[in-house]
Amino acid sequence: MVVRELELDLDAFEGPFDLLLTLVLREELDLAEIDVAAIVVSFVELLAERETLDLEACGEFLVLVSALLELKARSLFPDEAAELADLGPEEAAEELARRLAEYRRMKEAAAWLAERLADSQDRFFRLGPAPLAPRPERKLAPQDPAQLAAALRALSAEPPQVSLSHMALRFPPVALFVERFRALLQRRRLFDFDQEVAGMSRVEIAVAFLALLELRKQDEIAIQQAAPFAPIRIARANVERSRSWNVRSA
Amino acid sequence: MERPLRLIAANPLDALARIIEGLLVVATAPLSTEELCDAAGEPEDRIETALGLLGERHREGRSGIVLERVAGGWAFRASRDAAEACARLFERPVQRGLSQAALETVAIVAYLGPVSRPEIARIRGVAADSAVAGLLERGLIAEAGRDDGVGGAVRYRTTSLFERVFALDSLAALPRLDDLGDDADAIRDRLARVAEQRTA
Repeated sequence: MVVRELELDLDAFEGPFDLLLTLVLREELDLAEIDVAAIVVSFVELLAERETLDLEACGEFLVLVSALLELKARSLFPDEAAELADLGPEEAAEELARRLAEYRRMKEAAAWLAERLADSQDRFFRLGPAPLAPRPERKLAPQDPAQLAAALRALSAEPPQVSLSHMALRFPPVALFVERFRALLQRRRLFDFDQEVAGMSRVEIAVAFLALLELRKQDEIAIQQAAPFAPIRIARANVERSRSWNVRSA
Repeated sequence: MERPLRLIAANPLDALARIIEGLLVVATAPLSTEELCDAAGEPEDRIETALGLLGERHREGRSGIVLERVAGGWAFRASRDAAEACARLFERPVQRGLSQAALETVAIVAYLGPVSRPEIARIRGVAADSAVAGLLERGLIAEAGRDDGVGGAVRYRTTSLFERVFALDSLAALPRLDDLGDDADAIRDRLARVAEQRTA
């Protein structure tokens, strides 16, 4: 049995143990995200499937996992490593018990909250941002009309033309995408933004997105995204409008 | 024993109750007694009497709108009879899919807050970054200053939305930590027993 080939299925990582080790050593994976106990459980399950106890594998695993634990402890409590090392065995056990008790109480508190949430399953209420309170009117100090006129004159003078020649960026005009999306919606009721811009350069995608905003501004389309980073769906405005009122409520 | 509630326009207390009713319908977050006093321009004792009248009128079994005391204030919610219908029409993005990690993290913030991410990680034994980010996005926790010193970690506290979602009047309504779970002695005994078995 080869420890390094142990297949892991953790929240933060899925794959063989040696890949996990490689990623951790290259600092591409944060050890703090890894549940070491779950690795131990996977190994013990694998052991239980075998008839004979593979002492060599056990030894190798112990070495690897203890190294992982030490690394993780150091990354989680950088300042405390020295502090804990100074404790005698009795004190260390005491400290461990104290921490376990603290975590256990928080787990119980979480269970209490979960129960409370389950009991509130049928409590529906309105949620929203706080409405704006009426703002007190700001009083301005008395002003000199001549000064005001001077300030206005300065503002009304045409500013010198700024040269933008050094900022030349090559990209297709927004109008091109506007026409393209319009034509698309003539044919189809709905489309997926990501699919339409697949394979384009960053600048082109940005311009395409500007075209979407333009169409939305003119009320021609409705844009929907279920969650941050979810696909952006575009539909003709009249199709989606009747349903949009309940999306934000509750 | 239903006492008939007559809406007599001339009764000034009833007029006040209607004003409070209106304020609570417009509000999207619970309104405290002080806020109601300020808005209605009435002293606290009269507001409380009017709230009593409203609570009687808006209670389970009597009205589809129920007055509840939550998150340090007063708010209307749908009656439980309406819950099933509400669930068909409305999403509850704040409550939905709270993971075990999120619940443990919000429990730590509620009990120990203001508390920083490293402190949360220290108690839970795993990094709290994604749990904290999720709770922030849901609006259940909010930033509350920084740890002392240069570059101190951001500290978090629970919001009034947390109290509302978990139907708490205030954080004081959380059960005492001492009443939850084993105490430290029991855990120490278990550790000692495990140690004995290993050496035996």
